Amino acid sequence: MAEFSTSIKDQGNINIVYLKGFLDAHTAPSLENTFSGLVDKGRYQIVVNFKDLNYISSAGLGVFMAYIEKIRENGGDIKLSSMSEKVFNIFDLLGFPLLYEIFKTEDEAVLKFNEKK
Amino acid sequence: MGTSKSKLKEKELLIKSRTENLTAVRDFISSAVREVDVPLDAAGDVVLAVDEACTNIIKHAYKYFPDGDITIKIKYSSKKIAVEITDHGAPFTPEAVPTPDLKKYFEEKRVGGLGMYLMKSLMDNVEYKSVPGRYNQVYLTKVFNSTN
Repeated sequence: MAEFSTSIKDQGNINIVYLKGFLDAHTAPSLENTFSGLVDKGRYQIVVNFKDLNYISSAGLGVFMAYIEKIRENGGDIKLSSMSEKVFNIFDLLGFPLLYEIFKTEDEAVLKFNEKK
Repeated sequence: MGTSKSKLKEKELLIKSRTENLTAVRDFISSAVREVDVPLDAAGDVVLAVDEACTNIIKHAYKYFPDGDITIKIKYSSKKIAVEITDHGAPFTPEAVPTPDLKKYFEEKRVGGLGMYLMKSLMDNVEYKSVPGRYNQVYLTKVFNSTN
């Protein structure tokens, strides 16, 4: 069975979501739950750190599509960081860099939120 | 599947139509392609394309019915990888799935069709065959040559 987990760190108004393992059609609901939980609590400023993510399929990419609109409507955003080249290539193939800000490091993503204050 | 001058190895895997089996599918494809000398990136492309094909079968052909059969047959050499995936679920009409326009998807909150697009992008050839009431097959092919 695919190994996947998420963990969340609060950093002021920003929540950093760490992804670990394999994000596929089986594990995507776990990421949906994570985003749902944040949205329910009104936490709309989200940085997703991909450092420990080994694999992503379109089912995983779909989760980002499903939540981004609601989050932006509430003045927030999902910013992505620390992707391996392999994972970035999949995002790139589907044109995600047009719709999402992708940063090399978590700090840069956090800084971008703070700049807007 | 076309013929190739180099002899192709063959392996087959039968799984039930459950997303928990996607790990086994990926392990099966990676262990096969590791036996031959193909670029690592290309091997990863094939693994992802087969995951996408099986995910589509589980979601759309079997509509999450957990006990449908999916047979994955891989023929491989250092020159070519060909995968044939067979299911016995609802017939599939690939023409009915438009190429996704991400901006439009975003506006319409639609998240389907990305898998098919990825398969086409990652593989050299993707073909579908559907015999309603009997079986559906998807053929994925990737060819390697000195320019790859």
